[in-house]
Amino acid sequence: MTANIEHTLDRDSLSFTFTSDFDAPAERVWQVWEDPRQLERWWGPPSWPATFDRHDFVPGGESRYHMTGPNGETAPGWWVTTSIEPHSRLELRDGFADQSGEPDPSMPETRMTMTLDEQDGRTRMTLVSKFANADELDKVLAMGMVDGMTEAMEQIEGILASTLKR
Amino acid sequence: MVAYTLSRDEIDRLFQALADGTRRDIVSRVIEREQSVSALAERYDVSFAAVQKHVAVLERAALVSKRRLGREQIVSSNIATISTAQDLLRSWEELWQARAVRIAAILAEPAKTNEGKEE
Repeated sequence: MTANIEHTLDRDSLSFTFTSDFDAPAERVWQVWEDPRQLERWWGPPSWPATFDRHDFVPGGESRYHMTGPNGETAPGWWVTTSIEPHSRLELRDGFADQSGEPDPSMPETRMTMTLDEQDGRTRMTLVSKFANADELDKVLAMGMVDGMTEAMEQIEGILASTLKR
Repeated sequence: MVAYTLSRDEIDRLFQALADGTRRDIVSRVIEREQSVSALAERYDVSFAAVQKHVAVLERAALVSKRRLGREQIVSSNIATISTAQDLLRSWEELWQARAVRIAAILAEPAKTNEGKEE
């Protein structure tokens, strides 16, 4: 089974959209978010596995997790689940925590909306992320710049490629 | 992953530097070709000192470098950091691609005996 993944960067709303299709009903896909033992198997990469020390999967509920690196170093993070519609929709804020595990207000924060749409036993998971730290506007503008820079970099790569051919 | 390729301070400085329209424009211009602070100042409706300040912020974020050439200060782009900013975006994509693949792997596992249990 593979996940078909699409992503788009919306220049106007400056949000990221990520879509993947899973060969499972929505109720089953929901479990990988709801069950902390399943969640920690995919949230962190294999080299930085996540451990959810707390996972209050209710509206307004908070989660605390840490990811453990190859040399035992830890990167703590947090969620606040702002809205839940079982098997269909989830909204949360995700951010970095300080070493005590509590939210670090100086660090970037992501707002995420996850929706599940089931059709014929298959489920499309759509994830929309918006960067939002204390200075949300700054972050959004920065993303716009990154997009612009992608174009600039492509131009530079093109110039380099044609120079090397000579 | 974003958090491990740049320090938190570096990410902060990068985002803060890019949060301003004039600074983004300065970066775009010096990507095309390096130029002096005074040449940049002519382009904007702000004082030379203000442009100098913007350049200093970009310099701290390592997005541009500045060198002296006679009486001029020449600003050039720092491709390494610019591509790092680009990597931040790419990292986000890769992060979710990898997560989706791991979710698919979990979903592909045979149903456990306790799955579908009656409450």
